Amino acid sequence: MKLLFEKSVPGRCSVSPGPSDVPTSVNIKDDLLRDRSAALPELSELDVVRHFTELSRRNFGVDTNFYPLGSCTMKYNPKVAERIATYPGFAHLHPLLPQLRMGGMLTQGALAILYEMDLLLREITGMAGFTMQPMAGAHGELTGMMIMAAYHRDKGNKKTVLLAPDSAHGTNPASAAIAGYRVVSIPSGPDGLMDLAALKQAISDDVAGVMLTCPNTLGLFNPHIREICDLIHSVDGLAYYDGANLNAIVGKARPGDFGFDIVHLNLHKTFATPHGGGGPGAGPVGVCDHLVPFLPVSIVVKRADGTYALEYDRPKSIGYVAPFYGNFGIVLRAYVYILLLGKDGLARVAENAVLNANYVRCKLRGHYAAAFDKLCKHECVFSTTDEMAANGVHAIDIAKALIDRGFHPPTVYFPTIVKEAMMIEPTETESKETLDAFIAAMIEIAGLAQKDPETLKAAPVTTPVSRPNETAAAKNLNIALL
Amino acid sequence: MPFIPHTEQQQRQMLAEIGLTMDGLFADIPADLKAKSFNLPPGLSEMEARSRLAELAGKNSIDLTLFLGGGFYDHFIPSAVYSIISRSEFYTAYTPYQPELSQGTLQAIYEYQSAICRLTDMEVSNASLYDGGTAMYEAMMMALRITGRNKVIIDDSVNPIYRVMIHSYTQNLQIDLEETHCANGLANRDEILDKLDDQTGAIIVQNPNFFGCIDDFTDLAKAAHAKGALLLVSCYPISLGILKTPGAMGADIVTGEGQSLGMPMSFGGPYLGFMAARKEHVRKMPGRVVGETTDREGRRAFVLTLQAREQHIRRDKATSNICSNEALCALTALVYLSLLGKEGLKETAQRCADKASYAYQRLTAIAGVEPRFKTRWFFNEFVVDLPREAADVIAKLIEKGFAAGFPLSRYYEGMENSMLICVTEKRTKQEIGMLAEALESVL
Repeated sequence: MKLLFEKSVPGRCSVSPGPSDVPTSVNIKDDLLRDRSAALPELSELDVVRHFTELSRRNFGVDTNFYPLGSCTMKYNPKVAERIATYPGFAHLHPLLPQLRMGGMLTQGALAILYEMDLLLREITGMAGFTMQPMAGAHGELTGMMIMAAYHRDKGNKKTVLLAPDSAHGTNPASAAIAGYRVVSIPSGPDGLMDLAALKQAISDDVAGVMLTCPNTLGLFNPHIREICDLIHSVDGLAYYDGANLNAIVGKARPGDFGFDIVHLNLHKTFATPHGGGGPGAGPVGVCDHLVPFLPVSIVVKRADGTYALEYDRPKSIGYVAPFYGNFGIVLRAYVYILLLGKDGLARVAENAVLNANYVRCKLRGHYAAAFDKLCKHECVFSTTDEMAANGVHAIDIAKALIDRGFHPPTVYFPTIVKEAMMIEPTETESKETLDAFIAAMIEIAGLAQKDPETLKAAPVTTPVSRPNETAAAKNLNIALL
Repeated sequence: MPFIPHTEQQQRQMLAEIGLTMDGLFADIPADLKAKSFNLPPGLSEMEARSRLAELAGKNSIDLTLFLGGGFYDHFIPSAVYSIISRSEFYTAYTPYQPELSQGTLQAIYEYQSAICRLTDMEVSNASLYDGGTAMYEAMMMALRITGRNKVIIDDSVNPIYRVMIHSYTQNLQIDLEETHCANGLANRDEILDKLDDQTGAIIVQNPNFFGCIDDFTDLAKAAHAKGALLLVSCYPISLGILKTPGAMGADIVTGEGQSLGMPMSFGGPYLGFMAARKEHVRKMPGRVVGETTDREGRRAFVLTLQAREQHIRRDKATSNICSNEALCALTALVYLSLLGKEGLKETAQRCADKASYAYQRLTAIAGVEPRFKTRWFFNEFVVDLPREAADVIAKLIEKGFAAGFPLSRYYEGMENSMLICVTEKRTKQEIGMLAEALESVL
């Protein structure tokens, strides 16, 4: 398909500001101006609309296809939240207004939402206070690491090591390293859970904290989670909860009750805001009582007269991780989602997410090699069988064959501790009919892996392009049409 | 409204087929780890939710005439922008890790990268970062990785919000961050050159700067390069419709806030951090990058590339921890730039400058209202000194229906009477006239 720039016709235009009601200025001297106009495309509005409509048809989204991507929680994104985010009272609100004298009174609706969201997330997680500033999950992790570092600095602790399991999301070690920590990886035991003996060995006064997901990236709940938190606390370390997998336990269990000190949530996972093709998300961070003073500024507070205000005077705060209040438009969508579901609805989320994952797990058992054939939470992990491997069939071939059958593949090759991993997270918003169709497709593909592996190697054949040459992309780097 | 399709009968059937009960699904959570409390309000219908949120939206003042900018701008957004980005094939998609079913997202990102390069006159761009502030922080870390140094010079004409963010991010790192103090509204050459040494990894400046003044950093690029340092320029993308580009000045890494490219202000986000650089630095760049290649039949195809820099491959050795970025906002910027096109962006930028220039003449004609800086070169923001405290004047003008500007005393000492005024293409001559009258009446 042609690029926008290749469709450009010199002189064609679409949107222009129209005639001016002020004189053309002479206030900028020539050598401060660009010498030629930016080579942007010259197209009509219809050209642009057709181009992007065509592009959109070359995509799978949750609205078009089942998307069982493990660890990504690709649930349905309610339309009402999208609609509310466009209300002019939210969309057209300038973020600097509250910094004007008495300006907070101009944004009481927005501040109320931030304040109430803090309270809702506290109750959902069992934490004592939240910041809405982090703009994605990994950004929440970095914020959490900065809070951890500020806590240790405040106590005069000299700590340099951050522990994370080998099954952790890549963002965990990356966030810790960027915050200045040395990351030590703790192996998983044969049961797929963090090896307690290895953890005990790694524990020392140098340990600033541990980062964990629970359930972990294998979809397994760690019954020793409190013991792990206690161990970390015994050396004055902090326990960090990566909330990527909260969909498995929301309404059933809370990281604050497990003993975690810092938590981030992915509103674009558990709380149904759309992924946008890679973002924007939101990664609010919650902390336990004694870490509240370290949260970023500003914080929304409710005054005695019932009005809301932004509080900046927080001397122990780590400062600003975002220019304002985070991705407000995303926080707003998640707030709407929580209001719609309420207490009973949210508890049913975890029940049905876990039901669907176990249903898929049990139905695929025998057709694929289960990484851990036991009760899972929101996701289950399979590998190719020995017979598939003998036929040269890899997880990627199964993934591509699924595309031809109308399904987005599971997450493949993660977690890295499982060879040929396929990590399936159906979410609660998918129907039994969809799950059955997916299971049938998976079983059919497993059969083909024995009888006709070559057809799997050729997949996908129904998409606008077949498998792209990724090696060539990196070797002959072309990342912009200049 | 939990958006769960199973009927009770289906649920029972599914549980029976796998030999489990609903309680059994959570048997792996020890009793003492079950939620101690889950005291949330009951769920609402869509009708109730919309009504409640409409009421909250009504408590936000959006009927003020905005002359408030400070890096976040009230520009006109063509209808087609929202129409296109509302296609759920775009917004309900995940990160394009499976290229065959993500060619729409991937090609759009490639086109976005191309548009950013063309706008800034740089050679490479990533697929987006969170916002202008985090993009500046990432650029700083990138420059330190490239140079292997740990000193950074940043002028205080850079957006103060970004400067406090950079201070926050570097608290736990061994970075020597030195601030210089702008002279006559422009980056302070004397102080910067004085601090520039062979330990310096980066000089960070902004154009137009926080005061709206236009600069040319060609001299700083030369000075930085002579010492082996890099020049980092933060810029306002609309201004690049007419202003000299960071690429032409010799900048090494360019970042900025992309909100002005078709995104509503949304009380602070979601916004768009963009980053562009010289090609030689591409492997040190943070964030996702899309590259062009071919499929098995030789057809043009797009894929995520250079992933070996990223966290999902390199873990603690990655160039950044970023995973989710602002993809839909990058798409928004691309659609906006396509709709305006070459001429439309130029006209829009010129119109902003014209209107600001008109407002400057009108406002500085008022007795007691003086331009703060000697430089006559500004884009669509300028600073005036008032005969009394700016915060107080601004508060009085809010009562008259204007968000007249930003009081600089919030971030700068000795600027109690200074007000930063922003004029976009949306402000009419009449509104500017009314602001002038209102200002005169409250002084």
